[in-house]
Amino acid sequence: MSTQAAPAHEPRKSTLLPARFRSGFAIVLAGTVLVAATILVGSRVSEYYYLAAYTILQFIVLSTAWNILGGYGGYVNFGTAGFFAAGCYTTIVLNKLFQLPLLIDMSAAAAIAGLMGFGTGYLTLRLRGVFFSIATLALAIVLQTVVINWSFVGGARGVYVVRPEITGLFDSYAHFLVTLMVGLATCAVLAAWAVEKSWIGIGLAAIRDDETAAETSGVPSLRLKLIAATISGALMGMAGAPFPYYVTYIDPATAFSLAIALNSIAMPLVGGTATWWGPVVGAFMLGSVQQILTVTISSAANLFLVGVLLVVFVAAAPRGVVGIVRAWRRGHK
Amino acid sequence: MNFSWDLLVNALITGIVLGGFYAATAIGITIEFGMLDIVNIAHPAFMIVGAYLAYLGWNSFGFDPFVAMVVFAPFGLFFGRAFYRAYHFFFERRGDESLQGLAFFFGVLFIIEIGLVLMFGVDYRSVPAPYAGSTLGLGLISVSWRMLIPFLVGLGMLGGIQLYLSRTFTGRTILAVAQDVEAVRLIGADPIRAKEIAFGIATASAIVAGILLIIIQPVEPSIGREYIGRTFAICVLGGMASIPGTLVAALLLRVAETLTTTFFAPSWSPAVSFGLLLVTLAFRPAGIFGR
Repeated sequence: MSTQAAPAHEPRKSTLLPARFRSGFAIVLAGTVLVAATILVGSRVSEYYYLAAYTILQFIVLSTAWNILGGYGGYVNFGTAGFFAAGCYTTIVLNKLFQLPLLIDMSAAAAIAGLMGFGTGYLTLRLRGVFFSIATLALAIVLQTVVINWSFVGGARGVYVVRPEITGLFDSYAHFLVTLMVGLATCAVLAAWAVEKSWIGIGLAAIRDDETAAETSGVPSLRLKLIAATISGALMGMAGAPFPYYVTYIDPATAFSLAIALNSIAMPLVGGTATWWGPVVGAFMLGSVQQILTVTISSAANLFLVGVLLVVFVAAAPRGVVGIVRAWRRGHK
Repeated sequence: MNFSWDLLVNALITGIVLGGFYAATAIGITIEFGMLDIVNIAHPAFMIVGAYLAYLGWNSFGFDPFVAMVVFAPFGLFFGRAFYRAYHFFFERRGDESLQGLAFFFGVLFIIEIGLVLMFGVDYRSVPAPYAGSTLGLGLISVSWRMLIPFLVGLGMLGGIQLYLSRTFTGRTILAVAQDVEAVRLIGADPIRAKEIAFGIATASAIVAGILLIIIQPVEPSIGREYIGRTFAICVLGGMASIPGTLVAALLLRVAETLTTTFFAPSWSPAVSFGLLLVTLAFRPAGIFGR
């Protein structure tokens, strides 16, 4: 599908890091700086900016997670909202039963959503790719029905969550959540980069281009797809786990929101699916635009715009913003 | 759960009658997905467009739903052909169906749904057809015309499409495309044109199904989403490209849903179709009539 430009040999003086680790190092560095900056800024900015930043960061995690299976492997997951909600409701169940720290909730959410990804993948990834897509759509609806009928987690009425006390480095719980999300986004992007550059990513790209040819040349396609589905699902679940504390009231309509399903597909496709930074660019662009539009116009108009952008980009610029930038660079050389 | 034979018989009859309507909603997916290999998840959204067209026709011109079918189905045929041309140009031709093409339909689904919300709001809209209130009594059982008309029209549409596909030259070309596109090209027929016509028929069937839907119940924009799972479940369960299979699977699914609603709770019924779909995909992806 993608015609990757041959890596131009750039004469660099620094030989401290092998070239293949440079992007990874840059991601870690940028993440650390951002976490430190968020902690330092503290309550000096209005809480609104934290809420906006949280949403954008959450979309960076979700679109990066989606892209690991969708972008690298070419298997479309329509059920991001289902995995996200699995994370939300893991937190709620654990919160009701034990009152654990959020990091433990997040690990549990990752385990459960990862298992969901593995299970759905195991049942349908052996069939044609489109069956996986339809199954993920089905999974989200079945889960939503289960949650609606499950009174322990509030059923259709929803449930309130009390934010725990927070001390130490953080000025408020919102401050803590945003810092956490910066960390999570860094981890997600790092995971996507690691997958992309490793044998998993190379195998997935081969599957995406021609699955039969890949299998004949010895690519263990089912195993690679299952690994990608598990990582992708786990990250989506982790993105959902802190969400109940962010909104403090959650019902199935919010947790299984269509905005999540639509955005997590639109953002990578608008940004560009072939690289780890495509989804980040897409999430940042679409996320910021939506934050501005939600304030100025309505949230329905917002989603309408995302839908239109998705259709325009897949039709006119199938390589996304990354593709446009690359073509432009090549033209200027 | 309180069981009684009365309830069971009524549930079975409602299930079968509405199953005929389900077949009308799913026949488009059987053509698009089963025969043409186009995963049009926006098909149910086209159906809701049909329902709103019927509503507009009733409100502005006083069209009876039957008049609306005659007026708007050709529009669906035309639109579907143009839509397929665009899809072919942007995705199929480039071999981008699996990722970009699928995302495209997903985007179209949202554009339609949210477009309808922006135009009509989220209120339920209905068409109070004069015959919708009366019922047909046959001895112990009685069925309302509100459900009987969609059943009959649905069966008629399935029969018509089956006849068209098996008796006409173009229809047979479509069936041939479903089996082997390259072979069709080799014998000198144009598979793209056959696919275009088939997609047009499928879209027209969606418009008709939407008009049937608004006879049965009031409609709001997001209702189409429930039908994504249903139509795909029916298509897969019926063996992908088989029209009789579509009918049997539609009846089975609707009976299962009605029994769930009657004996458990209506809130569980969305899970029936999707659950059935998941189970079918996992254990028998060829469907009940598959080879």
